[in-house]
Amino acid sequence: MITLDINGQKVQTDAEPDTPLLWVLRDHLGMTGSKYGCGKALCGACTVHVDGNATRSCVLPVEAVASSKITTIEAVGASKVGKAIQDAWIAEDVPQCGYCQSGQIMSATALLTTNSKPTDADIDAAMSGNVCRCATYVRIRAAIKRAAGTLA
Amino acid sequence: MSAAEQDAVIQASRRDILKGGGALTVAMWLPTGGAQANDADVTKSGTWAPNAFVRIDKDSTVTVLSKHTEMGQGSYTGLATIVAEELDADWNQIRVEGAPADVKLYGNLAWGGAFQGTGGSTAIANSYDQLKQAGATARAMLVTAAANRWKVPASEITIASGVVQHKSGKSARFGELVADAAKLPVPTDVKAKDPSTYNRIGKSAPRVDSKAKSTGKAIFTQDFKLPGMVTAVVAHPPRFGAKVKSFDATKAKQVKGVKAVVQFDTAARSGVAVVATDFWAAKKGRDALTVEWDESNAFKQSSDDLLKEYRELTKKPGAVARKEGDVEQAFAKAARTLEATYEFPYLAHATMEPMNCVVKIGQGSCEIWNGEQFQTADQTAVAKLLGLAPKDVKINQLYAGGSFGRRANPLSDYVVETAAIAKAMGTTDPVKLVWTREDDMRAGYYRPMYVHWMKAGVDAQGKIVAWQHRIVGQSIIAGTVFASNDPIDFTSVEGAKNLPYHIPNLQVELHTTKPQVPVLWWRSVGSTHTAYATECFLDDIARETRQDPYALRRSLLEKHPRHLAVLDLVAEKSGWKKQRAADEVYGLALHESFNSVVGEVAKLKKTPNGPKLVSVVCAVDCGIAVNPNIIAMQMESGIGYGLSAALTGAVTFKEGRVEQDNFDTYPVLRINEMPAIETHIVPSKNKPTGVGEPGTPVIAPALANALAQIDGKPVRSLPLSTQGVKLA
Repeated sequence: MITLDINGQKVQTDAEPDTPLLWVLRDHLGMTGSKYGCGKALCGACTVHVDGNATRSCVLPVEAVASSKITTIEAVGASKVGKAIQDAWIAEDVPQCGYCQSGQIMSATALLTTNSKPTDADIDAAMSGNVCRCATYVRIRAAIKRAAGTLA
Repeated sequence: MSAAEQDAVIQASRRDILKGGGALTVAMWLPTGGAQANDADVTKSGTWAPNAFVRIDKDSTVTVLSKHTEMGQGSYTGLATIVAEELDADWNQIRVEGAPADVKLYGNLAWGGAFQGTGGSTAIANSYDQLKQAGATARAMLVTAAANRWKVPASEITIASGVVQHKSGKSARFGELVADAAKLPVPTDVKAKDPSTYNRIGKSAPRVDSKAKSTGKAIFTQDFKLPGMVTAVVAHPPRFGAKVKSFDATKAKQVKGVKAVVQFDTAARSGVAVVATDFWAAKKGRDALTVEWDESNAFKQSSDDLLKEYRELTKKPGAVARKEGDVEQAFAKAARTLEATYEFPYLAHATMEPMNCVVKIGQGSCEIWNGEQFQTADQTAVAKLLGLAPKDVKINQLYAGGSFGRRANPLSDYVVETAAIAKAMGTTDPVKLVWTREDDMRAGYYRPMYVHWMKAGVDAQGKIVAWQHRIVGQSIIAGTVFASNDPIDFTSVEGAKNLPYHIPNLQVELHTTKPQVPVLWWRSVGSTHTAYATECFLDDIARETRQDPYALRRSLLEKHPRHLAVLDLVAEKSGWKKQRAADEVYGLALHESFNSVVGEVAKLKKTPNGPKLVSVVCAVDCGIAVNPNIIAMQMESGIGYGLSAALTGAVTFKEGRVEQDNFDTYPVLRINEMPAIETHIVPSKNKPTGVGEPGTPVIAPALANALAQIDGKPVRSLPLSTQGVKLA
């Protein structure tokens, strides 16, 4: 059994130690907000926070994060920045198909947490690991700026 | 329906599709349970269902049943906008639910109602009259219920923001009137609103799904779970057409959690599935599996072989799709002629959610959970596999994590694959099929590869007197229910055959090739390549004859006022006629697809790191703009999707094997490559036309036309990355 700290709660899982955190969340713990998109850390749909850092959970063996604090889309709204990002996402009508948006929101929240006034270049650098095939990028950019404005 | 009748319907719908859809869009009134509603329509929970599209609860919640899948394109929001308008409902009381599979109630009217499905940018266009009528009739019944209760004339009752009211001060919310309304006969003569009285259509309303999709709560097939459900991960053939000869599951079965290893053979492909308690166990089992394939009839060509073959074919006359005047005579008389060859690769849809499906086989029944795009085909195909009647196959609609055409598969490939695995299991355990990204990208159903050859003749004044356009490539509809005896597959020539420019001698030809590569419609279908060839060639002519690309297009569009209006609007909003900065170049393209006309101007800035695509100005005529917010979103999305393919999209083969399998080998557009986009809508009183696809095909030629202005060298082969073009 591995004990994890997810969204402020201790949870136990009997998943095999090499199972990526993404599949522990989705298949073992029933938290399906984090998405599978590529399995190789290429698209960012699986992004969660590990000790506050945006991290691709699809390539992260669960045994490697037993002593870390993990935050997922299910609880990111509990933080002031996460809530501001989610509100901005809704206000700007960012999502289309929506499949990548949990990952986008996790990356954007991590960005605003460390950089309260990101420039376009900062946004590009922080968000270019997150693919959106609906190409909602124009609105993602606008939503990040809107959230930064509401937090200022 | 007899087989002959069914055939007639299919023929009729095929003709409709060939006409570009929408021709049979008629108001259709379909009350549930017969012509008259009664108490039975109020369910135990107090919900009133005046028809197949609207349900109103006691708490005044209005549920719109969407016969169209929500795959990102905003259909749930757009369709709900129409119902909310006719009901004068408050936007906050509206929710949307995916309709079940029932072709009689939910057939796509743009396809003659013969199939239930979403495609061809038809959702709003084919539902407009139908939902206006559904909403207006429900409204009339609420008004009658209120008039009866308050003993006042119905004509004195108004509805605003979901509140039914009378000048006497009496008012009621919808929920309070539901029980009375349900007892009324359903009127058949209700007149829907005149567009001049709209107070919601034409104004932007937010999406109905933004919150669920911003909080991780929206349920996609990937997220759907049932008690006892098992997960299947598959071994697909390494080459198209290969069959399973034998397999060794010894090692796969040793993986903890693996429950079964089964073979499947469907019309689309043969393979072996490893079924386990969860994805990771199933994937480890799949990776431990050894399969021996019979590749005697498999596809073994390389992309270079195909390209060579296609280039040769461009030198031979093809089947004539359109002929006006005599191009040969006109070329002979022309002051000069120009020629160009354009090449387009296979493209993957690469939806964010790889294909997946949940199937539960019961006793004499089957239930499916999926982001369904082609309900009728999927229902029929699964029923056939399981020996059931289609009505015994229930389809539950979930959000689709993108599609771009991929999920509307005439062979129902991944849906039938799931059912075949469940059948082979021989249990009633629900099975979820999960393709990995690699499975998804290698499984085929690509936008076909095409080569175009074009020739134009111009007179001494630079006037285009002749235009010949020869297209070589696979047919998308061959072998599907949409196939016909016509040698011209409309989807191969759309956008070329209906070239709007007035040229007295014009000929469009087609060579249909038959490599063993599974192909499919891909966002904007034929226009994905015809728009590029026609709009880039026109710019070539403009450049060679020293004409302004905008002025040249204008001079050829006298008979096409919609095109002209879009062209003028995009030129005005982009400042086309104004002086450019020294480091700026603009590229223009105009194209009609799915009855909507889109013009785009790509603005490039020259930088030390190469040209940068700074912004795109877009103009669209899509008839009445039901929800301008959704229209803008679809133009942005279409431009991004088209740009992604133009920059780096290519699926290639080496001796039959697909050379790409994930986002490292098949790069897609990222935020740092996305331009700013502004969308302008041409005011219109015409019925709505599509927006999901028409923004897509215009960006590649607009960008290429801008690039060609930098060095005068047109790019005639996509993607740009293979031609040494990299944007800053």
